[in-house]
Amino acid sequence: MLTKRIIACMDVRDGQVVKGVQFQQLRHAGDPAELARRYNVEGIDEVVVLDITATLETRQALRRTIHAVASEIFLPLTVGGGIRSEADAEAAIDAGADKVSLNTAALRSPELITTLARRYGSQAVIVAIDAKRRDDGYAVYVRSGTSDAARDAVEWAREAEARGAGEILLTSMDKDGTRSGFDCGMTAAVSTAVNIPVIASGGAGGLEHFADVFTAGCADAALAASIFHYADTSVSELKHFLQGRGIPVRL
Amino acid sequence: MITLIDYGAGNLTSVRKALTHLGADYVVPESTDAVGRARGVIVPGVGNFAATERLVGPWTDAIRAAVDRGTPLLGICVGMQWLFEGSDEAPEVPGFGVMPGRVQRLRGDSARGLKVPHVGWNAIAKPRDSRLLAGIEPGAYVYFTHSFAAPVTTDCVGATTHVDPFAAVVERDQIFGVQFHPEKSGDAGLQILRNFLSLC
Repeated sequence: MLTKRIIACMDVRDGQVVKGVQFQQLRHAGDPAELARRYNVEGIDEVVVLDITATLETRQALRRTIHAVASEIFLPLTVGGGIRSEADAEAAIDAGADKVSLNTAALRSPELITTLARRYGSQAVIVAIDAKRRDDGYAVYVRSGTSDAARDAVEWAREAEARGAGEILLTSMDKDGTRSGFDCGMTAAVSTAVNIPVIASGGAGGLEHFADVFTAGCADAALAASIFHYADTSVSELKHFLQGRGIPVRL
Repeated sequence: MITLIDYGAGNLTSVRKALTHLGADYVVPESTDAVGRARGVIVPGVGNFAATERLVGPWTDAIRAAVDRGTPLLGICVGMQWLFEGSDEAPEVPGFGVMPGRVQRLRGDSARGLKVPHVGWNAIAKPRDSRLLAGIEPGAYVYFTHSFAAPVTTDCVGATTHVDPFAAVVERDQIFGVQFHPEKSGDAGLQILRNFLSLC
């Protein structure tokens, strides 16, 4: 049976993981390859490297980071943050990424989704949607959540699928950073509207939140960053908890 | 020397990295000559079956000659589908045809939340003994990403179910195929690649 995926996101700046990383057994807690190795041992299903600076100066560092992570762990690896063109996607994939995540660029130039899907296959193209709840639906935001894109998340997810996206990474801006749980209503609305997998993101704070998003939220995968950086909530503990709830996971 | 065939179906970086990690000596040849000297041949592939059209002609002839000499062959994902007669994804493109059967679109089941494409980690059942799956426990998880799959036939040594059962691993003589991505399936995937290399 197809299992629900647990995905760890590493926010990377200048080749170092930022946000609190407190694994006790790591010598260099900020080293992405070392953190990825630890996640692999714990049973993570996928890794996302998010370039949070995405400036020209850091591109070379990002390529080194991707190469280092992809040489250490043999799991699906997604790279996001500042993928604006076919050349950006090519650089990430050539360095070892299996998938690229498009956000602002996909809304600005939706044909980029199709171009990349034709070249690398739909499985390599994730469209990331940052959205906030509104009375009449879910408003999509771009430019790291600073600008209203005047689109509805459900409608945009459907268009992204039609244009060739292989997965949707849906982040609730209302929940992101709150550790109060995923937005299950929004996730279910998007997940049931498309045939491609939906990765829920934003709000993970405890084990129960993951169970909720896989049941009420109809999510195919759940992504979190800081919760896995702390040794008190390990990936393996989470997976055993989910299994106990009857949710299929890879153990 | 292992020959990794690049016919333009997606990127080979992940397969290259896995082979390098396992210490395999491999080449990605420009011409078919290298296939004749290979100790093993790998046909990778992600994306659409239509890309295998580039294998029609000299590459197919070279690979067939190698197989006839007993050189081990491993098809990965679309490369495995290519071992069959053809695919409904691109009906005009012939497959290698060494395994009987036709690749068909998977069925989804929205009531159970089972989507197509089938993306993620799923378990492989082992209906019979397999050299490629030596040391792999029944029920081991591997990483899939595909919308089409080959039927369960007598060549199937590893079956997976997504609504319906399909062939996850096929094996006959020195010809092997995996629908999942061993280069992205953690330790289980690396073991499967190691098994193939040990047969080369």
